[in-house]
Amino acid sequence: MPEQNEGWGRLRAAYDTARQRIEESNADIILIYSTTWPSIIGHQIQANPEPKWVHVDDDFHFLGSMPYEFKMDTEFAQGYHDNCGKRGLHSRTINYDGFPIDTGSVVALSLLNPDNRIPACIVSSNVYANRAESIVLGKAARDTLEAQGKKAIVVVVSTLSNRMFTEHIAPEEDKIHSPKDEEWNQKIMQFFSEGRLEDLSQLSREIHGQIRVQKVVAYKPVWWMAATMGQSNNYNGEVLAYAALHGSGGAIIQLTPTSNSIGDKEFDEDDIDYYTGDRNVLDKGMI
Amino acid sequence: MGEIVAGCIAPHPPHMVYADNPEQNEPHSEGGWETLRWGYAKLARKLKSLDYDAMVVFTPHWQTYVGTHFLGLPNFKSKSVDPIFPNLFRFNYDINVDVDLSVAMHDAAKDAGLVTMMMENQDFRIDYGTIVSAHMLNPDWDKPVVPISSNRNRHYYSVEVMNEQARALGRACRKAILESDKRVVLVSSHSLSHRHFTVESPLPEDMSKQHIYNHSNYVWDMKLIDLMRQGKMQEVVDLMPEFTEQTIAETDSGSFSWMMEAMGMPDYPAEIYGYQSVIGTGNTIAAWDPNPETRELVL
Repeated sequence: MPEQNEGWGRLRAAYDTARQRIEESNADIILIYSTTWPSIIGHQIQANPEPKWVHVDDDFHFLGSMPYEFKMDTEFAQGYHDNCGKRGLHSRTINYDGFPIDTGSVVALSLLNPDNRIPACIVSSNVYANRAESIVLGKAARDTLEAQGKKAIVVVVSTLSNRMFTEHIAPEEDKIHSPKDEEWNQKIMQFFSEGRLEDLSQLSREIHGQIRVQKVVAYKPVWWMAATMGQSNNYNGEVLAYAALHGSGGAIIQLTPTSNSIGDKEFDEDDIDYYTGDRNVLDKGMI
Repeated sequence: MGEIVAGCIAPHPPHMVYADNPEQNEPHSEGGWETLRWGYAKLARKLKSLDYDAMVVFTPHWQTYVGTHFLGLPNFKSKSVDPIFPNLFRFNYDINVDVDLSVAMHDAAKDAGLVTMMMENQDFRIDYGTIVSAHMLNPDWDKPVVPISSNRNRHYYSVEVMNEQARALGRACRKAILESDKRVVLVSSHSLSHRHFTVESPLPEDMSKQHIYNHSNYVWDMKLIDLMRQGKMQEVVDLMPEFTEQTIAETDSGSFSWMMEAMGMPDYPAEIYGYQSVIGTGNTIAAWDPNPETRELVL
């Protein structure tokens, strides 16, 4: 209901802008990493060629039902699954009638690709995964895009700050939950607008601690995004819109690869190519 | 005057339904997790012998961040597919809801100062937690169910806040039930320790692969069950914040604290029907029977 709040309206209009640019891009696939699709058993990849259902959000059911009918790139889904295995990840494709596609993916695909002009693929966000696993998951996606020669629109479904108001508010009362959340959101958007994707990837742990409700172990979307698109700051960035969504920070942001780069944060966590799983340390370090 | 005739811990790993092979569930198994399913079957027989009108299920898998929500429509019919284990659980359900009781609890919670909401969207899908617990306790589905959402204040604030808000909700629900003319079974749908394996064996029901995630989680689970056996429910609730943090327990939903408060913090022994691990998590089936004449020493 974007008409109920000026900020919601700007976000909705920004979705339309993004949609148009996607239509003009000649992309072969829309690849989504959704933080609102949690998984526990490894990483799940949507592979139903034509999922169709009516979705209702757990919290915001009063905003109405969201019927959807999407088209998925099953070749990519299978290839992604195979490449996950080659890099040590546990994954599986999902192809079940009635599987509950998450709110974030439904919103993103419905607004960015309403006519299903471009096939899509959705990958889950494992609740236990940390940086190594998320980086490798992104690299497996990149492997698949390269192997299949596909031009992709990479979409990460996530808010910036995610602390919502825990009571009902009127649409006109919506605002970012706290000044701290607002300051960090502005800084993150500054980095995005400067194309500093890798720098944001390196800031992810700090972002998680500062402005993310501690529901999962880490803030992962930028790790995956950087690993999929390329771990550099070689991007042109544009913030199409930013507004509060029941207290959380919502933004539509576009990154386009380029050759110019600024920023270079020092960072000492290794760049992982293969996921070796949980480390058993109980019998280590003994003399 | 209404009455709470029993309270149950009813864990909801979909593996329970998968292993049972009911006609409503699309996948089929070779069995599995018999220790828990036998326990469920025994408790289900006990509940069959009780005279009750509705089953109220507090479920961690209807997660809400803006208050506690209650279902406000009389019937829901659809297919529930577990988003984590779709290979095990694709259940065709047809559930009746006691809307009068649901509204009464909603109103009591709201009057108590809690943030609440009625859910009145017919397209809403019932969560698998509610379905698994309700099915295992009443496979005939001949009683209306009243699901209550789990407000995720644990993540927004702290386990202590979670515990206190859940207890406040429990007191409100108790008030509503006692002021009604309904005899009610309360269901706390959750595991105890809740650290999962992140891989699955090719045959999910391969029982040679099933065990607790680690020994410390097991020891914690046993501590709580031992206190339940001794009737020390206040101590269990007081330990809930630490237990939840130490074992990533599914009690972070608040359901257990809710149920104990609604039952007036029982000081009599729980009926323990079984304990078993499912993909690393620790699960017990337990019940509290306020009637000393029908209360049993099960295990």
